[in-house]
Parts: sequence; C-alpha cells; structure tokens
Amino acid sequence: MEFEAVIGLEVHAELSTKTKIYCGCTTEFGGEQNTHCCPVCMGLPGALPVLNKEVVSYAIKAGLALNCEINKETYMARKNYFYPDCPKNYQITQDETPLCSNGYIEIALEDGVKKVGIHRIHIEEDAGKALHREDGTYVDFNRSGVPLIEIVSKPDMRSAQEAKMYLENLKAILQYTEVSDCKMEEGSLRCDANVSIRPKGTSEFGVKTEIKNMNSFKAVEKAIEFEIKRQIEAIKNGEKIVQETRRWDEVKGETIVMRSKEEAHDYRYFPEPDMVYLEVDDKWIENIKASLPELPEMKKARYINEYGLPDYDAGILTSSKALAGYFEETVAKGANPKDASNWIMGEVLRTLNDREMTIEDIKVKPEDLAKLIELINNGTITGTIAKKVFKDMFETGDNPEKIVKEKGMVQISDENAIRDIVNKVLDENPQSVEDFKNGKTKAMGFVVGQVMKASKGKANPQLVNKLVEEELQKR
Amino acid sequence: MHTKTLHEVKELINKKEISCVELTKSTFDRISKVDDKIGAYLQLDEEGALKKAREVDEKIQRGEETSFLAGIPMAIKDNICVEGLKTTCASKILENFVAPYDAHVTKKLKENDAVIIGKLNMDEFAMGSSSENSAFKKVKNPFDLERVPGGSSGGSAAAVAAGEAYYTLGSDTGGSIRQPASLCGVVGLKPTYGRISRYGLVAFASSLDQIGPFTKDVEDCAHVLNVIAGHDSMDSTSAKVEVEDYTKYLNQDIKGMKIGIPKEYFAEGLNPEIRGIIENGIEVLKKLGAEIKEISLPMSKYALAVYYILASSEASSNLARFDGIRYGFRAEDFEDVVDLYVKSRSQGFGDEVKRRIMLGTYALSAGYYDAYYKKALKVRTLIIQEYKKAFEEVDVILTPTSPTVAFKLGEKSNNPLEMYLSDIYTVPINIAGVPAISIPAGFVDGLPVGMQLIGDYFKEGTLLKVSHAFERETEFTKVKPSI
Repeated sequence: MEFEAVIGLEVHAELSTKTKIYCGCTTEFGGEQNTHCCPVCMGLPGALPVLNKEVVSYAIKAGLALNCEINKETYMARKNYFYPDCPKNYQITQDETPLCSNGYIEIALEDGVKKVGIHRIHIEEDAGKALHREDGTYVDFNRSGVPLIEIVSKPDMRSAQEAKMYLENLKAILQYTEVSDCKMEEGSLRCDANVSIRPKGTSEFGVKTEIKNMNSFKAVEKAIEFEIKRQIEAIKNGEKIVQETRRWDEVKGETIVMRSKEEAHDYRYFPEPDMVYLEVDDKWIENIKASLPELPEMKKARYINEYGLPDYDAGILTSSKALAGYFEETVAKGANPKDASNWIMGEVLRTLNDREMTIEDIKVKPEDLAKLIELINNGTITGTIAKKVFKDMFETGDNPEKIVKEKGMVQISDENAIRDIVNKVLDENPQSVEDFKNGKTKAMGFVVGQVMKASKGKANPQLVNKLVEEELQKR
Repeated sequence: MHTKTLHEVKELINKKEISCVELTKSTFDRISKVDDKIGAYLQLDEEGALKKAREVDEKIQRGEETSFLAGIPMAIKDNICVEGLKTTCASKILENFVAPYDAHVTKKLKENDAVIIGKLNMDEFAMGSSSENSAFKKVKNPFDLERVPGGSSGGSAAAVAAGEAYYTLGSDTGGSIRQPASLCGVVGLKPTYGRISRYGLVAFASSLDQIGPFTKDVEDCAHVLNVIAGHDSMDSTSAKVEVEDYTKYLNQDIKGMKIGIPKEYFAEGLNPEIRGIIENGIEVLKKLGAEIKEISLPMSKYALAVYYILASSEASSNLARFDGIRYGFRAEDFEDVVDLYVKSRSQGFGDEVKRRIMLGTYALSAGYYDAYYKKALKVRTLIIQEYKKAFEEVDVILTPTSPTVAFKLGEKSNNPLEMYLSDIYTVPINIAGVPAISIPAGFVDGLPVGMQLIGDYFKEGTLLKVSHAFERETEFTKVKPSI
C-alpha cells in the first residue's frame, strides 16, 4: 500500500514591536538578565496587563499579508499551566476568537502552485527563559511578555519538502512586512509540526503526532521526513500510531516520545477578566492594508515582467527581503538588472554560502557592485579580473575603482602590446601552431588561454581572440 | 480627637488648631491603646506617616494650597500595594512580600499628601465574611469584642469604627466593603466596576473586584471618592468616564426621587429586627419626599451561585502565581519543582482559599466549563439586564446590607455555606457591576445595622445624595462604640 503524509505546522513568530505585549518594557533581545522587566511582565501581585495596540496592528498586518480574514471582535484568554518561566502561571493568549483566520500561503511545486491553508493567527505573550546552572535553575524574565503570533496552518502539506517551502515563504512574508525578524537562532521563529499518514487516495486523517524542538528549517525537514518514515514502518509492522508529543533529537536524527495524550494538560482556558474585548474597526484594517509593502510573489512577478529575469532567478532574489533590497539597490545605482542578477546569483551568493554568511553580513555595498559591473561593461577590466576584484571587495569592503587602480588591473586594449604577447606565446608553442595548421581549431583556444595567462587576465579577450587568429593564419 | 470625622479634623487643621504631626501622633496613640483588642492593623509605618505629616505641616506653613486629604491619617487594606511596605493579603504565602510599587490608588493618595499609617487586616486574599480567615490574627468588632467585624475588609471597617484611622480603603468582590461597614456601623462604598483602577490591588476575582472607601460619614465618603476615582491607563477595565465633584451631591433635596424596594430582598432569612430597621429607613426617605416603589429582581436568587462559580474560577487562576518560585513563602524539603509547588501552596494558603481554588479549578475543567463557567456568564448577563431595566424605573434601589448583625467569632467558621449567605444581599451588585453603599441605619441590641443603597452605573453621586439626606435626618453615623 502506498501512503501519503498529512502535515500541519504551528509557527510562533516574535513580533518586532519595540515594547512588550502587555507592558511598556523593551523587547530588545539580550540585555543583562531580568533588566527588561516590570511588575506586569514579572507577574507581581496586583499588576495588570494592558494590550499594546502595536501588537494588534502587527498581527493584522501579518494576517492581511497571509490572505486572512480579520476578526473584528475578539477577546484574550488565559491558558493555565504551572511552569517556572511563566510568572503568572497562566499565559494570556487567544482561544476561541483568534484575531485572524482562513488565510493561505502559495508554494511553487513542479506541477503548479499549491495553496497551503492557514487556519488561524492569534496573538499571545512569550514566557521567560529558564537557565539551568550547576548550582540550580534560574529564570530570566527579559523575554516574558514579548509579543508572539502563532500561525497555525491547515493540514495541507504532503511532504517535508512542502513544509520547508511553506516555512520559507512564511518567513519571507513576515520579514517583508517587517512583522518579525524571524531569527530562528535567537528563537524569534519557532516551529512545531503535526504529522500523520494515511493510505494514498483516502480523505480521512490518521492519528497524528506533534513534533517539537526543531531549531532550523533543515531540522524541520529532517524531523518530518523521519517521522513519516517511522509511522509508515510502524503501520507496516502492524503497530498503531499513538497520539503523542515527540521531540526531535538533532544528534541522533530521530524523534523521541515526550509525553502521551493522557499526560496532556487541561489548560482551563477562559476569557481574560483583566481585559476588555478587543474591537478592530474597518478604518484600522484599511490603514494597515494601505501600508502593506510589495510582497514576495508580487515582487517576483515584477522582476520577471519588468526585468526579464528567469523565473528561478526572480524566485531566489525575492526569497528574502534583504536580498531583494540588495538587488534593487544595485539596479538603482545604475547596474543593468540582468547583470546585477547574474552577479548576485553567481559570485555574491556563492561567496556568501561558502562563508556561511547571509546578505545582511556582506561588506560590498550595492553601489560598489554596480560600479564593478560598469567597469566590466566599459571595458576597464575583464570579467576574469572582475572576479578577482570582487574577492578583494568582499574581504575589505573597498570600492572596485580603488582596487583596480592600486593593483594595476586595468584591461590591456593596446593591439600592439597584445600582438607581442601572442607572438611570444606562439613562438613558445610550435606544436599548437602545427596543430592549427592541421585543422585542429581547438589549438586556438589553448593559445588564447596562454595569452590571457601571460597578461595576468588583463588582456581584452575579444582582441586576444582576433589577434591569435590573425597571427596563426600568418604562420 | 479619634471620634472626629475626616471633614471635622480637616477644619481643625485649616484653623491651625492642630498640626498634621499632632493628629498623626494622636492616631498612633489611639492605635496603641485599642488595637491589641481590635486587631485591625497588620503593619504600621509610623516613621513614614510622621514624615509625610511634617511635609504637609511645612506646606501649610508656607501657605501652599493642599488637598482635602492632605495630612490626615488613613490606612489601606493589605491587598493593595504600597511601595516599601509589606502586602501580605493576610496570607502566610505573602507574609514577607514587600511591594516594589504603588497601586494606582496609593499613588493618588500620595499625590494628595494622605498620611498612610499602615496596612489593614482582612480575610486571606479577601475570601470571607468575618475576617477570621486572616493567617495572622482575627479582627474584632469595636461594638462587641466577642463578635466579628464582617469581612473581608474587616480591618478597614473596624479601624474606622474604633477611631484608629479617619478613613480607610478596602476592596469589595461580593460585599467585602459593604457587609463589614454594616456590621461596624460605618459608611462603605463599592463604586461602579471600573470607576477606580484596580492596578496594584492583588486580584481575587478580576471581573468583580473594586476598591472603595470606608468613612465615618457620607460627607467624608464623597471627599475620598473625589481623589481615588478616575481612569487609569494601567487598568484596561477602568472606565473612561469623567469624575464628578462628588461633594456637589451633599446637602441636596431628594424630593421626588424614586426608590425601588425589591421584594426578593425582604424574604426568608432576613432577621425580623433588621427588617424593622430597614423599613424605618424607608419611612425616613418617604418623609423626605422620596417616592417608594416596590420592584422585583427575580434573577437575584441565582447571584450567589453565579458568584461562587465566577469568583472561584477567576481566583483559581489569579492565585496561581503564588507558587514559591519568585517571591513569598517557599516550603522547605521539596524534591522537584512540582513538589515545590504542591508543598508551598499547601502550606502557604489557608483552608478557605484552598477551597475556592479547588472550586474554581473544577468549574474551569474540560468537560465542566460549559455547564458551570459559561452558564454562569450567561446568568450574569441576565442579572445585568435586570438591573439595567430596574434603573429605567427607579433612581436608587434600597435593601438591607446584611441579613444579620455581627455574629460571634467562630459562630460560622465551620459552616462555609452559612458564611456565604452573609453576602446574599451584596453579591448581586458585584455581578451586575453597579455601585452600592452601606450606611448606618440603626441598632439591634447595640449592634449596628447597615442599609444598602444601589445605584445605576457611575451614579455614585446619586447614592451619596440619598445617603447624605438620610444621614442628616437620622444621625446614626454619630453613634460610636464605647471602646
């Protein structure tokens, strides 16, 4: 029997608001322990939460960008559970009335575009952080009360690959809208996965497991792949899948049982009596709608139509807001969009990937990349030299003109000078001359290469080609 | 001096017949004389109080304008935060908790140069009707030391009655201001829900709790309300309704005002002597020209049930933060974090608190939530509608405050249900969220009896107007205990 996987994702994203969700404390990451807190986010007796309107605006923005309906009357609810990093021993979140619902994200599959449904988005507060040390456990409440949105997808994904694409697109949208910086390493984006399997072609759901503790998109992909395989093998061995929460063990590369359904909490949700109903009017929503930036899909379409970029390239360039921004800035500084795209897709991303860096870390300014492209196009340097110049730019952040000048990398376009080099190379390689005469045109390529080498890559390649052919014919 | 009202001592200060320091010292003298017997105070701050009194005296000497409350000794129920003083809620679990911030009302009082002399005893976490649930000591009724002062704000009521403060603050979740005010013969106001910020009031039941003043007479009540009422951006449930000058309702004629008498509040269970006193009260108002109208509030009979579901549910969650992790009492010899929670909470909370946490946890549990909590919310809506409708017909509703006079210490301690019935006339008001005041209306065997006046939302002024007219006519507020 063939099986198919059914996957749903629950993503927590920290919002980029300056202050916390129920008090005025800063949301800044880091900081000395327990310095970004007050009676409210420490849950002191008598302190009361007041909803930060910015948080609502950010969540609505995310909802609109993710094609959701915005629910105009909602209320906050308490989720009761005891944990030392939760100072009130309840989390103020939303239960029956999420702020946004019924949206979707598009992902590009080989056989077309697929819409992955978004069930709901709600706002809530983050907890503090327990720090386990040799002399005991401590709690840092700097993160307590940092605003989160929880984005719950519909169980629409069928493979780990689809889940990864959903996450990548979701991350891009949240970054584009500046709702969240989505830094998984700082914990500002977290993901849990619900996975089940069923015989292909059936519509009923199998028993699902929830997987936690995945710290990167790659881990999400690997964990889901593992879990699908595990469940299929279990079924094939005649075992039953049990509803449970499992933890991804990155080192072992497997999911491990955390708690069973019986151990699941009864969170005793009820409407937060310290807060009034949250009412959102049309004007509020319209204002946010008007402020939405160009989203990845729209941008990609524009790159294809306006700049004539290939679909793949446009997809990569728009995959992150920062990368698209870098590209657009390079074009704005005068580079031809196709050249800019080729350079970014080529040298820029390759070098970044080699160094395990991202575009945010690059020292090369877009205007310098544009300048570099100009130096090639106006014949000042050759493409080969340009790659060397770029390496220098990447290391030092210097501008290309300075590097070219200091290192004497200007292209040689003097015919006589090149002709001298050509003749010198031909003199040193009589065999190649012989081969050429015998009709082996390949020999010409070898000679061109030797000439370029002799000129340290500075000779104008078109001239070299022309002169090599001329001189060979003469011999 | 201790028998004088707030406005009387204010006049003495204005006439420079007494300084604020002298007044404060005399109050501490009074406390040291009687509080061993009364047990109203959990904590005193003589140093802080005298410092403030001196400051006010200096201001007066410099000829600066001062607030009505400036320089006059007052005290605060121990579930309201005062920075630097302990806020124990009369619970072992918060025995050593020093508040690091001021409640909104505390801030207002300090801005108005009130002299805060200490923190007042109460039922643990404001749960109770006799103040016997204090983890530290019991409060006694100044009119009879063998009897309870009512609760949960028993310390706040007893302190005013015994002249240990010129006014105090309490909190009222189901009657915790009005019932002790009634039993101690003082004026106690529970304002409209949202009239006074709850920021810094340790929550018992967030949707019902409201801070309010205890005073010696109605005039004083208006002065205190003027200072503590108003919107606060730190409390989202506080109302953006403008604060009036409540003193303008004093000395007004009540001719033609419509007063509703709900027949359900005069049914079985009401002590006949108390009924007689309330009926006399009605006669007084009639004589003053008020129009008396019998009304019906049939949903009221469900109020107590609704109250114990909603209040306990909210309490079970509100009190979850007292876990021995960050502050307050922590049990010794625990094995792991769960054991730490269990032991700290088992040893830190008293029986009544635990009873309500369990009730509330049960009512909110999966499978019971719809039958209890949700249904209670629906009935609450009906009760609110019933009150709204009643106030289309009448200006004020008049009832007894408590079905009995002060009972003996220990008399009801072993019967929680009977204790809960003490609040039968006060609880519906919190469910509806309307304001109500208890004013002295007479005595049974030397024990005070309070009359409750209930008003429409944010109509505290109307309550003060009727109460003040009644007070001018009867002068029951002038009767002091012999202690």
